[in-house]
Amino acid sequence: MSRSAADSEVPDLPGTAVTTTGLAKRFRGGQLAVAGIDLVVPHGSVYGFLGPNGSGKTTTIRMLLGLVSPTAGSHTLLGRSMPAAAAQVLPRVGALVEGPAFHPYLSGRANLARLDAADRTADPATAGRRIDVALGRVGLGAAAKKRYRAYSLGMRQRLGIAAAMLQPRELLVLDEPTNGLDPQGTREVRTLVQELAADGVTVLISSHLLSEVEQICTHVGVMHIGKLVAQGTLDDLRRSQQPRVAVETTAPAAAARTLAELGLATGPIEGRHVTAALGDAEPEKVLAALVHAGVPVRQFTVDEANLEDVFVALTGEGFDVSG
Amino acid sequence: MSAAEMTAVQTVPTVRRRPPAVSSRFLRSELGMVFRRRRNLALLAVLAGIPIVIAIAIKVTAPPNDGRDGPPFLFSITGNGIFVALTALTVVLPLFLPLAVAVVSGESVAGEASLGTLRYLLVVPVSRTRLLAVKYAGALAYCLAAAFVVGAVGTLMGALLFPIGPVTLLSGTQVSYGAGLARLILVALYIAAMMAGLAAIGLFVSTLTESAIAAMATTAVLAVLSQVLNQVPQLDWLAPWLFSHYWLNYGDLLRDPVATGGVTKGLLVTAAYVLVFGALAWSRMTTKDVSS
Repeated sequence: MSRSAADSEVPDLPGTAVTTTGLAKRFRGGQLAVAGIDLVVPHGSVYGFLGPNGSGKTTTIRMLLGLVSPTAGSHTLLGRSMPAAAAQVLPRVGALVEGPAFHPYLSGRANLARLDAADRTADPATAGRRIDVALGRVGLGAAAKKRYRAYSLGMRQRLGIAAAMLQPRELLVLDEPTNGLDPQGTREVRTLVQELAADGVTVLISSHLLSEVEQICTHVGVMHIGKLVAQGTLDDLRRSQQPRVAVETTAPAAAARTLAELGLATGPIEGRHVTAALGDAEPEKVLAALVHAGVPVRQFTVDEANLEDVFVALTGEGFDVSG
Repeated sequence: MSAAEMTAVQTVPTVRRRPPAVSSRFLRSELGMVFRRRRNLALLAVLAGIPIVIAIAIKVTAPPNDGRDGPPFLFSITGNGIFVALTALTVVLPLFLPLAVAVVSGESVAGEASLGTLRYLLVVPVSRTRLLAVKYAGALAYCLAAAFVVGAVGTLMGALLFPIGPVTLLSGTQVSYGAGLARLILVALYIAAMMAGLAAIGLFVSTLTESAIAAMATTAVLAVLSQVLNQVPQLDWLAPWLFSHYWLNYGDLLRDPVATGGVTKGLLVTAAYVLVFGALAWSRMTTKDVSS
């Protein structure tokens, strides 16, 4: 992404697009929504900000953008301290916060024109073209003149994303951008994010569904009840859970005994299946030991922990709203 | 994404302009929002209807010019059409005009908050101070428009249905019709200025809530309350501090020479209201968490 003339006096700090230090928010009711988190979003990454509904993701995003003032902690956006540098930084940040919001009696196009008019760094001479391109990019070209009131939920979401792309951005903050979209729309948003990331735009994308962002993220942070319980690259996160071996055998008791003798922590026997955490053991040697012990092995598999398991282990199962 | 679309993407200007020192773009957008909103236009239409109704009613019934009960100027209309405008301004001043101003100023910030568009304006970014200034400017423009619509339609109806000519002022002296129109413009400006005080109150109320309706209603109630309290003899000590106490002082502009005392006092008290409620709105706006 090319740097503009207006930004050239800003020192280009490579490294992080977003950092927070002990960022916390306690609402007036006393509820601790965000409990002091240290977020690090590397420059050029696609950062999946995950967590169940109500885990503090949106409040964090509101703090990042200066909408809500933190109770404690500090943060930077694109290397500049917020909210002090908001006027310089925010024009380089596109945002979708907690769903789209527009004037219902204005058309999609008029709504974007309104936002563009409010941007002091936007060139009015190019406004029409930029708006058309943004609408085209999210597939709303044909509905540009329709009133927002008549838009479907998916179209509204697209318009919100178009608004975030009215200007060349260095950072996109997308809060649940696939909410309300059908599978086709979800796929399109993913493709769009990948294109933008390929251009060098850093993307912070929040979701309560791991599966929606897993394929496009380079990094993830997992929120649970206001705390950042994990953060790192996808591989880091995968590695945080040990792979397990699963044995299918007609002699599960014998298999379990052998695995235990090898020092593996075995799980409960379920029918013909025995599982154990692999630890540092080599799976080949485990299989050899089983066969050597006379266990009739029908099937032997090594399960790398999948991200869903990691996610569930960190945030708990089910649809409970946390916090 | 098709090849054609990709090409289109690449032609998007990537150079951002350096923010100009002063830009009226957002203000113009706000004025468009205020004056294109159908409800706001309907309110202006209702205001414009008052002089039309007054003019036609007087024309049809032609009451004797004997100065009985009724709004001031009502019985001068048959003698000079310009009094349609003055009568209409007097009639809309206690309720219709404050109601319209309460709607527009009460909606200013709360309307954006209830739609959620406030958060998107703030991350554009629009500084909170600038947003408040532009919102107040939009409300001021509406105050001016409302007062002048009533005055203009009244003048027009008066000219159509009644004789026009030299105007007899409250002090008894006669001035030319043109000089009378100039006085009428001063009256409209004074009334718009009085409404600016109410708009500042509305702006502050609007920063307190995420419900536009609640902000409008509160502002309208305050306008009525101020006038009611002004009528209570036991509260005479309070009256000079009420913002509505000076609304009718425009009569001073219709004397020869113009009696500036009451008008000046009204403008000063209104200016104080604008400053105080503007400051309150600013302190609330710049510190509040936007969680809508």
